[in-house]
Amino acid sequence: MMSWEFFREWFLPGIWVTIQVLLYSTVLAAIVAFTVGTLRTSRFWIVRFLAGTYFEIFRGMSALIFMFWMAFAVPLMLGWQFVPLWSGTLALGMTYGAYGSEIVRGALAAVPAAQREAGIALSFTRMQRLRRIEIPQAWPEMIPPFNNLLIELMKGTALVSVIAVADMTFAGNLLRLATNESAPIYTLLLVLYFLLAFILTRLMRMLERRAKAGVGRAPEKKNGILTRKLSGRGESAQASAQTAGGVG
Amino acid sequence: MSTTPDSTTDKNPPVDGSQLIRFDNVTKRFGDNVVLDDLCFDVSSGKHVTLIGPSGSGKTTILRLLMTLVEPDSGTVKVSGDYLFHEERNGKLEPAGESHIREVRKNIGMVFQQFNLFPNMKVIRNITEAPVHVLGLSKEEAESRARELLELVGLTEHIDKYPSQLSGGQQQRVAIARALAMRPQILLLDEVTSALDPELVAGVLDLLRDIARTTDITMLCVTHEMNFARDISDDVLMFDAGKIIESGPPEKIFSEPEHERTQQFLNAIL
Amino acid sequence: MTFDWDVVDEFMPRFWDGVLVTLQALALGTLIAFSLGLVWAMAQRSPQPWVRLPVIWVTEFIRNTPLLVQLFFLFYVVPEVGPSMSPLTTGIVGLGLHYSTYTAEVYRAGIDGVPVGQWEASKALSLSRRRTWTSVILPQAIRRVVPALGNYVVAMLKDSPMIAVIGALDMLGEARQFSNETFTTEAITVVGVAFIVIAYPASLLIRALERRLVNNT
Repeated sequence: MMSWEFFREWFLPGIWVTIQVLLYSTVLAAIVAFTVGTLRTSRFWIVRFLAGTYFEIFRGMSALIFMFWMAFAVPLMLGWQFVPLWSGTLALGMTYGAYGSEIVRGALAAVPAAQREAGIALSFTRMQRLRRIEIPQAWPEMIPPFNNLLIELMKGTALVSVIAVADMTFAGNLLRLATNESAPIYTLLLVLYFLLAFILTRLMRMLERRAKAGVGRAPEKKNGILTRKLSGRGESAQASAQTAGGVG
Repeated sequence: MSTTPDSTTDKNPPVDGSQLIRFDNVTKRFGDNVVLDDLCFDVSSGKHVTLIGPSGSGKTTILRLLMTLVEPDSGTVKVSGDYLFHEERNGKLEPAGESHIREVRKNIGMVFQQFNLFPNMKVIRNITEAPVHVLGLSKEEAESRARELLELVGLTEHIDKYPSQLSGGQQQRVAIARALAMRPQILLLDEVTSALDPELVAGVLDLLRDIARTTDITMLCVTHEMNFARDISDDVLMFDAGKIIESGPPEKIFSEPEHERTQQFLNAIL
Repeated sequence: MTFDWDVVDEFMPRFWDGVLVTLQALALGTLIAFSLGLVWAMAQRSPQPWVRLPVIWVTEFIRNTPLLVQLFFLFYVVPEVGPSMSPLTTGIVGLGLHYSTYTAEVYRAGIDGVPVGQWEASKALSLSRRRTWTSVILPQAIRRVVPALGNYVVAMLKDSPMIAVIGALDMLGEARQFSNETFTTEAITVVGVAFIVIAYPASLLIRALERRLVNNT
């Protein structure tokens, strides 16, 4: 039987670790996404090229393998070691940040050129234009694809268990070894992850409503029964951000 | 041909063998909007009937009902003596099954406003697909039938093209051939020239005039082309707010309409 | 910083074994994902709510939970009640099942994209339901979703190393085993580079395909 003792010792902290990994890697991914995404719209080809290369490398890379590499190969090569939690967070943040950069780039490209020109006419600097004109207008467009990406990132956090970070999947595996009862453990795990996805989607929808209200638009009606029901275009655009390519 | 604008007086008229299509007390609502209001009318075999009236008056719904694209809320529709939406079991009318509906509907062909050709099939297969897979014709039979029809519509040289390679007028003529390939008793024409460029309209209408003149196919036609309606129609039905407010031969309807709404409508459109 | 090319040489034979297993998993997983996804998509359009709703719920659940945990579930829980499968088979089923919920969305979008007039014309010609699907709707729907499906094959390729965690000897599995035996880390670098080398041309291919199909419709 799954003892309460064990549950409290391992599983509850595991949930907390999962949430931490999710939180840190989301912040990191957001920073990477906005930095790389805006750099990919730079005037200088060399900046565009470097940012594009970063994106292409991670688009071709498997997150799990990158995580392994960060956890085992890099320490040996460099001679120092990350805390596993940070290898995992770093790998997730860098990978999903790369996917996110495509969302940022696409949304910025969709801002009408006239807006950019109006900003130039008002003598804003490039940074000011991004911060005050382009990103605020592109932001509502970014949220639905960011929602999908966030769910993918959330699912990706389970990978850290493989490099011995004691998240809830890791705790589940330990529990299985200790009790030999796999059905309730993995069912519980799946339900917990689903719950997490559900909560994240609700939060993102709230964010979307507020963002759309911020630019004076009514939010679209979503018909997803539980979490996200993607539009076909959203879905395939999402897949292509994570895979198909060529330097944008 | 008889119509009963005020149907309440005529609940159960006797069925006449020559009646190919018969609507009895058909009502159809979309939400609160009554599109067909307790409608009764019939069409005899071989007649060409044009439905006119303002948009939203229910005329297109008649065609869509016959094609079973929509179902009536109440009332019955009969096509060559068989109920379209109902089956008689132990003397009682019950909603019909899919196969019964399909069997009755085989008598009916339809040409759409937007052509609705299958873009993934060449012209020839657009025409042979249903004869082969619904009527069970051999491929050779179906193809020779298709060739004849393509000759009729004047598109023989386009037999191996895809619909996207044809003009709108040519596509609509293929669509007409496709409908005729099923040898339907009834042909429904739903504003077949509305989506065409003005210079292509005449060709399609001439073709339909030919078909009307040379075949004994029964036609139900929704159109805004009043000259065409005058040419081919035996009867014209004027619709307003889900009811037939006036009917008669085209000479009468177009020259001396009785009803004020008909006059207004014709003035607006001519 | 140390990187020993001799170790790489030593690893290469096993690397190729791993490549074969990865490709095998990918090919069979794709087969499952493409066909099962189509079943989901068609079931989601069923007029019967008792078909439609459970399918929607199950696919949403699978899509919103981690593949890794699903693999554990398939590997440790399913044998308790059903057949026990080898790590590779489990991996293939897991990958296929997980990605079928994505391809279902792709198919759904493709099917929704077929104009209503095509359904109506099929009905007007009395084509049977089956014939309408196979000769009118699906050929049009699938054509426009091929690039999106291709993207998911690449995504699946990138997720395929997860099957190493339940013991399959794919590229990552071989690399891990080799590294553990030799106390080296070069193998993992090789596999990482290999992924980029495989995935990048694949994605270029899909882009070319996308351009061709879009131009032709």
